[in-house]
This record gives sequence, C-alpha cells and structure tokens, in this order.
Amino acid sequence: MDNGLHLKAVEIYRDGQPLLQIDAQVGPGEILTVMGPSGSGKSTLLSFLTGHLAPAFTATGQVVLDGYDVTSQPPEHRKIGILFQDDLLFPHLSVGANLAFGLRGGTKSERQKTIETALSDVGLQGFETRDPATLSGGQKARGALMRVLLSDPKALLLDEAFSGLDTDRRAQIRDLTFDHARKKHLPVVMVTHDIDDANAAGGQVIQLGA
Amino acid sequence: MKTLLTALPLLASLGLPMAAIAETDPADWDAVTSAAKGQTVYWHAWGGSTATNDFIAWVGDRVSEDYGVTLEHVKLTDTADAVTRVLTEKQAGQDDDSAVDMIWINGANFASMKEADLLFGPFAEDLPNWQYVDVDGKTVQTDFTVPVEGYESPWAMAQVVFMYDTADMDATLPTAEAMLEWAQANPGRFTYPQPPDFLGATFLKQVLIELTDDNDVLAKPVDEADFAAVTAPLWDYLDALTPVLWRQGQAYPATGPAQLQLMADNEIDLAISFSPGEASTAIANNQLPDTVRTFVLEAGTLGNASFVAVPYNSGSKEGAMVVANFLMSPEAQLRAQDPSILGYGTVLDMAKLSEDERNAFANLDLGIATLSPAELGTVQPEPHGSWMTRITQEWTERYGAGQ
Amino acid sequence: MTDRAVRRPASTARSFWGALPLLTLIIMIGPVLAGLFGTVLPAFGYLPAAGLGAFSIAPFTDLFAWNGIWAATRLSVTTGFAATFLSLAIVTLLMAGWSGTRALRWLETLLSPLLSVPHAATAFGIAFLIAPSGWIARMISPWLTGWDRPPDVLITQDPLGIALTLGLVTKEVPFLLLMALAAKGQSASTQRMRVAQSLGYGRVSGWLKSVFPVIYAQIHLPVLVVLAYSMSVVDVAMILGPTTPPPLSVQVVKWMSDPDLSKRLIASAAALWQLALVIAALGVWWIGERITARLGLAWVERGARNLRLDKTARPLGITLGTVSALSVLLGLLCLGVWSFAGFWGYPDALPQSLTPKNWARHWPDISDSLITTLLIAALSVAVAVTLVIACLEAEHRTGRSLSQKGLWLIYAPLLIPQIAFLPGVQTALLITGATSGFWPVSLMHVVFVLPYVFLSLTDPWRNWDPRIDTIARSLGTSPTRVLFTLRLPMLLRPILTAAAVGFAVSVGQYLPTLLAGGGRVATLTTEAVALSSGGDRRAIGAFGVAQTLAVIAPFAIATLLPYWMWRNRKGLHG
Repeated sequence: MDNGLHLKAVEIYRDGQPLLQIDAQVGPGEILTVMGPSGSGKSTLLSFLTGHLAPAFTATGQVVLDGYDVTSQPPEHRKIGILFQDDLLFPHLSVGANLAFGLRGGTKSERQKTIETALSDVGLQGFETRDPATLSGGQKARGALMRVLLSDPKALLLDEAFSGLDTDRRAQIRDLTFDHARKKHLPVVMVTHDIDDANAAGGQVIQLGA
Repeated sequence: MKTLLTALPLLASLGLPMAAIAETDPADWDAVTSAAKGQTVYWHAWGGSTATNDFIAWVGDRVSEDYGVTLEHVKLTDTADAVTRVLTEKQAGQDDDSAVDMIWINGANFASMKEADLLFGPFAEDLPNWQYVDVDGKTVQTDFTVPVEGYESPWAMAQVVFMYDTADMDATLPTAEAMLEWAQANPGRFTYPQPPDFLGATFLKQVLIELTDDNDVLAKPVDEADFAAVTAPLWDYLDALTPVLWRQGQAYPATGPAQLQLMADNEIDLAISFSPGEASTAIANNQLPDTVRTFVLEAGTLGNASFVAVPYNSGSKEGAMVVANFLMSPEAQLRAQDPSILGYGTVLDMAKLSEDERNAFANLDLGIATLSPAELGTVQPEPHGSWMTRITQEWTERYGAGQ
Repeated sequence: MTDRAVRRPASTARSFWGALPLLTLIIMIGPVLAGLFGTVLPAFGYLPAAGLGAFSIAPFTDLFAWNGIWAATRLSVTTGFAATFLSLAIVTLLMAGWSGTRALRWLETLLSPLLSVPHAATAFGIAFLIAPSGWIARMISPWLTGWDRPPDVLITQDPLGIALTLGLVTKEVPFLLLMALAAKGQSASTQRMRVAQSLGYGRVSGWLKSVFPVIYAQIHLPVLVVLAYSMSVVDVAMILGPTTPPPLSVQVVKWMSDPDLSKRLIASAAALWQLALVIAALGVWWIGERITARLGLAWVERGARNLRLDKTARPLGITLGTVSALSVLLGLLCLGVWSFAGFWGYPDALPQSLTPKNWARHWPDISDSLITTLLIAALSVAVAVTLVIACLEAEHRTGRSLSQKGLWLIYAPLLIPQIAFLPGVQTALLITGATSGFWPVSLMHVVFVLPYVFLSLTDPWRNWDPRIDTIARSLGTSPTRVLFTLRLPMLLRPILTAAAVGFAVSVGQYLPTLLAGGGRVATLTTEAVALSSGGDRRAIGAFGVAQTLAVIAPFAIATLLPYWMWRNRKGLHG
C-alpha cells in the first residue's frame, strides 16, 4: 500500500502560462512545508489539492491519497481537510454545531459524546452552545482544528494557518496541530511564509518561485 | 367611433362564432337565481367616486347574503375601457367567460355595444323588479335617443345641476350666458371636467342646448346635420369662457368629483354635477363646505338614466341579472337616493310601491343642498349619442392639445 | 489531460447550472420581446383582431397629424432630461461636498426608506404639498401671503411639466444617491480624497476630479434607467403632469383604452415613437458623457484648485438634498393627515377635526387590494429571488461570471420604456387566448422585480468568503448542502433586503398591473392611481399611506428578522 499523499508530476498553469510544478511524497505523520513569495502559487497549489482550482487555472498531474487517485474527485469526496489563517468557524452555528458539521455518522448521543471529548481535548470543555464570535483567537483556532479532525480526513492542508495568531499563541497552536496530525498519521502540506513554522515542522521544505 | 362601426360588419363576415352557450331564460326567475348562486360578477363601473364605490360594495354584501352572488367592483377610469375589453375579446374569439360581466353604461357606449351585438338580452323587462319602474315618467326605455329594448337595466336617474358656494356667490345663474358673464366678472372661479370625461362632455352639451334654437336637430345623428353651423355658437361661447376659467383653461379637473376638492379648497365657486344629491352627500362626507347649494337653469337641464348591461360573453349572466334586479329593488333605490349615501335619483314609480316603501322615500331627508323634484324643473332629453362623440373630438382639437 | 478528467463527472450538473442564467434571461427578456413584437405589428397597420390586416404607415401619419404630438414629444424629452440632470446634479453635489460627513450619513438614513415608497404615493404627496391650495400654501396663508383664497396659478399639471419634473427628481435622488454610495465603497474614495486634498484641492473640486469619474462609471447604467424612466413614466405623469395635451406616454394609455379599436394602431405607433425618443435620448446622453469627460479632463489638466467652489457648492448640495428629502417626507405626512381629516377648508393649516371615518370607509377596498398586492409581490419576489440565487450559484459553480454585456441585458427591462412593450403584451395575451389576470400580472412583475433583486444581491453574494466553501467541502459537504446550510443562512440579511427591494418594486408597479391584469387585478397602486382622477384627497391619502406601509413593512422585517434569528450570533452583525 502506498500510504500518504503523493503529488505526481503536478504542474499548474495560469491562463496557459506555467505557474508551478511540484512532485512530492508526504508520508503519514509527515509535514511538507511549501514556501515562496506571494504570487508564487502556494495557495493555488492548495486549491488544486482541495479541488477548488479557479477557472483561470489548469493543471496536469495526479494527486494520490493512500493509493487512490483523487484528482478527478469532487472536493467533498477527497477527504482532504484544510485550515486557513482565519479560523472561519461558521458564524451562524454554535461551536458545538460547527464541530458537528464536519462529524460523520454516529447516533445522536455518540455524536454529542465525540464533540464533548474533542472540545475538552483542546481545553474548550462546555463551549458547545457558545457563539463562535465570543471566542478568543486561540480558542477559535482550536475549535477549527477539532472541526477538521472530526471529519476524519486522510490528509491535512494548512494555508498560513498560524499567521493570524500572536507570537505566544502561535507556537502553542502549531504544536497542538502538529501533535494531532501526527497522532492521526495524517500527511500534512503546510503553506507558510514564516521560517519558524518550517523549522517547527521539521520535514521537507519546498521553495516555490525562487 | 366611425372606424369602429365600419370595422364591425367586417368582423361579422369573418365568421367569428357568436355566443353559443345555452342560457337561462331571464323570464324563468327561479332558474336564474339558482344558476346565479356561487357565481362571481365582475362589475366594471367607473371608480372615481368614493360614494359610488361604497354603494357598490354595499350591493355586493347584499347580493352575497340573499343570492350567494359574489360581486367584484372593477374600478374604471373610463367606461370605454370595459367596452374595449369586450370588443377585443370578441375579436380574439373569446366568446365565454369574459373579464366583464356587467357594465355601468349609457349613451354612446351603449349604442356602440348594442350596434355591435356585444350585449346579452333582452333581459331588463323580464326582471321581477321591473314592475316598479317608472316607464312613463322617466327616460328608461331610450338611452340618448337609442331604444333600450331590454338590453340594459336602469338603476339611477341623473340630472344636471350646478353646485355653487353661497359663501362666495349670492345669486344663482339662470342661463349659460349669465354663467359666462359671471365667469368674466370672476375669472378663475369656474371650470369643468376635461372632456372626454363624461361630465365635461355633458357641460358642452348643456351649453349647446342652451345656445341652439333648434333642439330637434340634436335628436338626430350628427351626420345628418350641419355640424359646423349648429355648434358655432358653442365654440364662440367657449372661446370667450376659456380665458376666464380656472387656470385660464390650461388645466382642467380630471373628473366631476375632482371639482369637489377644488370647491372645498375654495379654488372654484361653481361646478357642474350630474347628480342632484351629490352636493348634499359631499357635505355629509366632509368633502364640501356646508355653504354649497345647487341650482338648475331656467330652461331646464339635461337628464338621463344610468343603466347596467351584460356582455354577450359573460360567464355569469345569471349573477349579473340578479345584481341588476337588486339594483332596481326599492331597498337599493332607497339607499341610492339617500344623500348621505349616494344621492342618486330613483328610477321607480312611487305609485307602484307599497305604502311603507312610499313613506320611506317620502321621509328621506334629501339634504340641505338638494333641490326637490319640483324645483328640479324640466328635464331636457339627451342629444343623439353621436353628438357627444363629435363635440368631444372637436373640443379636444381646439382646447385639449395645446396651442 | 487530468483537468478534463476533473470536469467530466460533473458535466451534467454543470450543464444544468449553465442553463439557469439562460432560463432566467428568457423569463426576463421574453415578455419584453414578445411585447415589442405585439407593438410593432399594429404600429404598421397590422391588427387582425380588429379586421385590419394591411401593412401601412398610416398609423404614423395619423400620429404626426395629431395636433398635440409635438407638445407631447417636447414634454417627454424635457421632463426626461431635466429630471435626470437635476437628480444627478443634486447627488453629485451632495457626494462631492459632503462625502464622509455626518450630515450625509444622516441624509442617507432619511433617504433610504424613501427609495422604496411607490412613485404614485410620492407624487400624491408632492401634489398635496405644492398645489396652490396645498399644505405649504395653507401654512403660510393668509398671514404671510395675504391669500384668502388659493392663488389661481398653474402649479401642478403645468404645461411645461415642471411639477412632473420635480416629482420625479424627489424620487430619483434617493435612488441615485444610494447607488452612488454603494459605488463609493469600491472606489477607494477616501484615499483619493486624501491625496487630492493634500495637493491643495478643495473638497468639491478634489472629489469631482479624483472620485467622480470612478463613481460615475459605476452608476452610468442606473442614470440611463432614470432617463428612460423619466421620459416615459405614466402614473406620476397622470398625477402631476399636464393634460392639455398630456405627456406622450399618458396619451398612449388613453389611445389604448379607446373603444375604437383602430386607435390601437396610433397608440402602437406612438409607443414606438416613445421608444425611438428614449433610444435617441440615451444616445444624446452618451454623447454628452463623452463631451463632459473631455471637458472634465481639460479641467483636471489645468490643475486649478477651485477652493472657492466649496463655498457655494456645499451649501447648495445639502440644501437641495434636504429639500428633496423633506418634500417627500412632508408629502407622505400630508397624505396621512388627509386620510384622517374631517372637513379641511382653505386656508386652515390643519383639518377642523380628525376622524377615523375615512379609514373605516375605505378599509374594505384597501384590505382587498392589499391582499392582492401582497400575494402578487410575494409570488413575484419568491420567483425572482429563487432565479437570482440560482444564477449566482450557477456562477459560483461554473466559475463563469456575468459579462458587461450580460449586465446590459439585466438592465434591459428597465431601459426599454414600459409603455413601448406592455400594450403589446396585452394584445399578445388576448391573441393567444391566455386570460389576463393574476398570473400574467405576477409574471410581468417578475420581469421588473428580477433586475432589482439581482443588482441588490450580487455584491453581497460575491463577497461571501469562498474559503467557507473550501472548508465545508473539505469536511465532506456537498455543494447543495453548502448552499442551504451555510451560504443562504449566512446571507440571510442581504437576501431579505433584496427581497424587500423586490417587494417594493412589485408594490409600485402601475402599468404592468393595469395592462396584464385586464382591469381585473386591483392592487393598492392601481386603485390609488384610479382614485387620482376623482381628486378625493381623503381616499387618496388612505391608499397612499397603505401603499407606503406595504413597502416599509418588508424593509422592517428584512432588518429585524436577522437580528432576531441571529440574536446570539455576534459574527453576523458586522
């Protein structure tokens, strides 16, 4: 079995012009860091991986996840989770409902239990009914992390996921995220412009547009 | 109108199907009322007067209670709209379930609909309440010289009166000439609704009757007369009157009721009305100051009847007949004559009513501004309908389209 | 190619979503084209329904033989240009002199609800105010003016159409101002002004030179809508316009309703003449834009700071804007007072007594037409909002957004005068045997509601954070579930606002209701305009107030409902 995330000869074009090319293998629990100046296509690469490439872009190559080619799958069938710089908790749902949104299967009481456990895992016990807008930045980030993990992804993408946080929180949330990803054996692709993130990840680093 | 009438034989020759649905015989009243139950009658009636609208709403309540007929008042700004509607439907081959089930009609509109076979009937003289109608004393069997022949059913009598504000005018005016002199002495204090509005056209006819010596020529179609010669005194009169009208004749009230507002605002002191009770009703409704009274001209004033007619392609003819019959009932007639409601003249013959009904009419307080039947004096007959059309056209060309 | 492979499984869904904008366009443009067709044929003598089947140009020769044609034409052109120019000038002065001030925000708050008030109600209010026996004259008479009786001067229904023009201006100023304020958000105007003022420019000249061109480019189409509308309006013209002769559009309606069917030929010819006038006027305006742009450029290049301009332009702008807003508000208040008035003679400033009698008397009529009004509005708004959301969702899914040409099509029903194609719609309905009434009226309302709903909802829809979609999809959510559980609830407020805008548009429609309804469909607006000929200020007042409430209430709901629903969700009250 070919476990992990494999980007096979991926090339992305903008309006027919080559933008980037990448060929990489990210094993379970490994973190691939992608760095580069703005406009180098970091976020476009993540869009390609989630299946949200804008019409101006075309791509060749394959995305293989745990041995399955997901390149032609619609986003919701790929099982690739993503975290953005902003937490982007759905503002009209409570914290608990946000987590439930991603959670698959289970009876009502099982789901409730899972969410409860997930929240207390990240120090948010009792936050189920809270309005996300009343949470601090770090709390929101932890909520968003739990939401994506509960959806049981097979890979995790981080799009500048920590740049919105102040310096103290940053390391804390980063470690928490990496810990959970490793625990779940998720291959991680992290886009960042911060060398600290790359160092903390400790895996391979790809420089785009250099 | 000429084009319309010439186009009609052409239409007939196209072989459009005529009304082919079996109808209830108007004479079989039980059959009519049972067929009417549950029908909806769209009554196309001029909707510019709130008093009339209220009355029609009341009629709707009553026929709904007694006969299970739903009455919808389609408020027109111009009766011709409904005529057009039926005509267009006929031309489009829509021979049943017309948008129009009943029209408040008389004069030229009736003449053209009857001529074009657009009307259902005869039915009016088969209605049970026809027995009370004053067929001898009131012009209910001819309409602008056109024989009615049961194709429309009368429901109100109208006669021209002039409303004047006694706070601003001390004496009534006996003739059209006197009105002109008064207007010249008091510029800007008189106006009339803009023709082709019905009442505005009536004012023109009233003046024409006053000024012409030969009223017989007006009873015949306008084509048979020397129009220019007959109407020359009218245009001379209007040429003299227009500069001293309200707004120098550059604007006119749109309808009769619009004059009430002008009178209440003290913009004008004198206005024409086609309903002897209108002033009293308006005073009761706060629409006119209580200093307003009415007068008629020495030589008498124009009078006619208001009718309802049923289009040949109505889908609710029985319901419409029920409403037409109810309109002629002593109950409805009494209410219509009540100046605090409508103030319209009745079409009924008092002698044919029961003692109680007669007393109810006699006890009606006609209101402070309403003349008694004796004071109303002579009723002059309407000229042939074609006169109104021509005079209106001529007026529009002379005064209605700018200089 | 792999990217092809990405697209293939979704291709049927894609073609469904791709077809939606086309379907919407057909619903919107179809009736317009059918109506134009139904107008063109009779204009050239072809009206088989009246037994007239020979093509000829006789209708046009008849039209130009009518002795009111040039006066009517002049009225259409002068009121159209004057109303558009004045409205634009007032809005420009306001924006130039008062952008970013509290005064303008205050005026905006005052004007936004006025935008939704139907034209007819506004026109009645203005008429009640400015007539020689109107409220203004009453308040200053006789102590100030010496007028014991109303002066015999032609203020409303004047042959020059001045009252008509002013009535239109008071209604178009809020429209253009709100459009301009919306455009301002995308024009970086604050930064531009900072640069201009730091270079020593005055407020007004700096704004005109650095911000106006950007904003005008965005409100260009709305300005053209105002021009086309002002030239061909019917209901306002029936209330405030002259009658000897009336403006061209009113004359078309008169001819359309003549019992003599052959008059429909001249009516159709006049409708096409009206269309030609509007097209020509749009062309002239376009040329005017070019000339103004060139002159403006020369002015910019001269580099004059025009500091003194502020001294005159700023007071002028705020005065005109306030007068415009106040006249509408006072007019509406006047409608309200009349609806409760007992006897109210001239020159009393207030009625002798207030009474609920008028309301009791008119309530049966008002409630009937109110129900019809609300049903038609609810139906047409529901259809329009659904279609617009479907189109925007299609845009999101196919990634193809509306081109500039597409935008022109959205505006088409607003740029083509109603009077040019609605008579044709009526004829077409009759010929095809479709009964006129509730359903055709609702469909015609969709035609006019759709553009406004589209314009109102597009920006908030497109501004929705696409990363929400990415996250939700990556959590395993289907696009449809994203739409229903995330996008629609999160956009509840703008959707309700767009619906309220659509509702107001529907409530205010006069001509489509009249002509597609065959007289059977009585809404508050058709009833109110029908009453205008009777001049009964109490009845008109009550209907005008009812009309105003019928549009204000949806706006109140659109504001309050999201507050209530999301009362525990601070993130949605940005």
